[in-house]
Amino acid sequence: MKKIAVASGKGGTGKTTVSLLLTLIASKKYKVQLVDCDVENPNCHIFLGSFPIKKEKIGVFYPVINLEKCSFCKKCQEVCEYNCLLVLDDNVLFFPELCHPCKGCLFVCPEGAIDEGKREVGDICWFRESDNIYFNYAVMDVGEARANPLIEELKKNLENDVDLIIFDSPPGANCPMVQAVNDSDYVILVTEPTPFGLYDLKIAWSVVNKLGIPAGIVINRDEGEDKIITDFSSQENIPVILKIPFSLEFARLYSEGVIKADFFPDIEEKMFNIIESI
Amino acid sequence: MKIAVTSTGGSLNAQVAPNFGRCAYFIIVNSEDMKFEPISNPGTGMMGGAGPAAARLINDRDCKVLLTGSVGPNAQSALKQFDIEVVTGVSGTVKEAVDNYLETQK
Ligand code: SF4
Ligand code: SF4
Repeated sequence: MKKIAVASGKGGTGKTTVSLLLTLIASKKYKVQLVDCDVENPNCHIFLGSFPIKKEKIGVFYPVINLEKCSFCKKCQEVCEYNCLLVLDDNVLFFPELCHPCKGCLFVCPEGAIDEGKREVGDICWFRESDNIYFNYAVMDVGEARANPLIEELKKNLENDVDLIIFDSPPGANCPMVQAVNDSDYVILVTEPTPFGLYDLKIAWSVVNKLGIPAGIVINRDEGEDKIITDFSSQENIPVILKIPFSLEFARLYSEGVIKADFFPDIEEKMFNIIESI
Repeated sequence: MKIAVTSTGGSLNAQVAPNFGRCAYFIIVNSEDMKFEPISNPGTGMMGGAGPAAARLINDRDCKVLLTGSVGPNAQSALKQFDIEVVTGVSGTVKEAVDNYLETQK
């Protein structure tokens, strides 16, 4: 099984377009699972997701302090890297938004005064698009601050009988992006041939390079003037694996929630080359 | 009485820092003799929750008043638990901030 993550340093470059085209094209030969890791703003389901299978709530740990048992020893406060717990003389304050549910406090409490609470942070949904396409996405509840628990849950739900898994990563170069691309075999960095595109590509590449994952660049909305990206590509030695031309018609269909796998006839062979080179 | 002021530098002439949890220094001023002690804020490098940690820090130093630009909601509730008076919207130098505060207390 091969895992490919599709990432970009900023939103709006065409990550979802590339993930969807790759999914649809790959499914002609392979069994594919597409996982939309952009849990703050998932959008692959607008184009896919015709057959929902199930939907579940995602819950994460939070500490519930039992003041009857608590000796106010402050061990939980000391172990917490995120300063979520404040032990006073006769009370313990907990700041839920800060908690990265590591359970450190639960392990160190000498009095067994911490119980395991569960807090709902979002939903995960399973879809079967066709025989060859599985699709999952998760969506964060309004007001939640952290995307990582949801991405973690998505990654626990990978299918065993597929040939290819495609992660549509959240935009940016932050914790959620790292979690989405982390254990993939290859990263596709989507960019556009503008100074903004280059700026964000550099940031995303610096993260992927540090993780030691091989990567290739896809230039989206390419109108021929892409020297700004190809220069960076040769300088950093990351291949440009695909150029997707700018097309008003493609954009119009996309805005109506339609994506056509064979709209750009030239890209199919290149997509298969990418998959087979991994 | 001890007053904590968030600051961009380690002296009384430094500017008041605009936020609490992630400021560079706390200047702890004793209002009786105007002696002061600068403390470099460990919160600048914290993974998270710098606000509540900063509240703990100034409480451990027996500060009763905090002068700063602004305070986040988590820090706010921690400071309240510690019974520390909070004055926000403060700017200028640390010395001016303390003088102005003491003026209002007369
Ligand atoms: S570690 Fe346990 S006993 Fe100690 S203060 Fe925290 S909750 Fe209370
Ligand atoms: S689970 Fe981890 S982050 Fe959350 S309060 Fe406990 S120690 Fe802190």
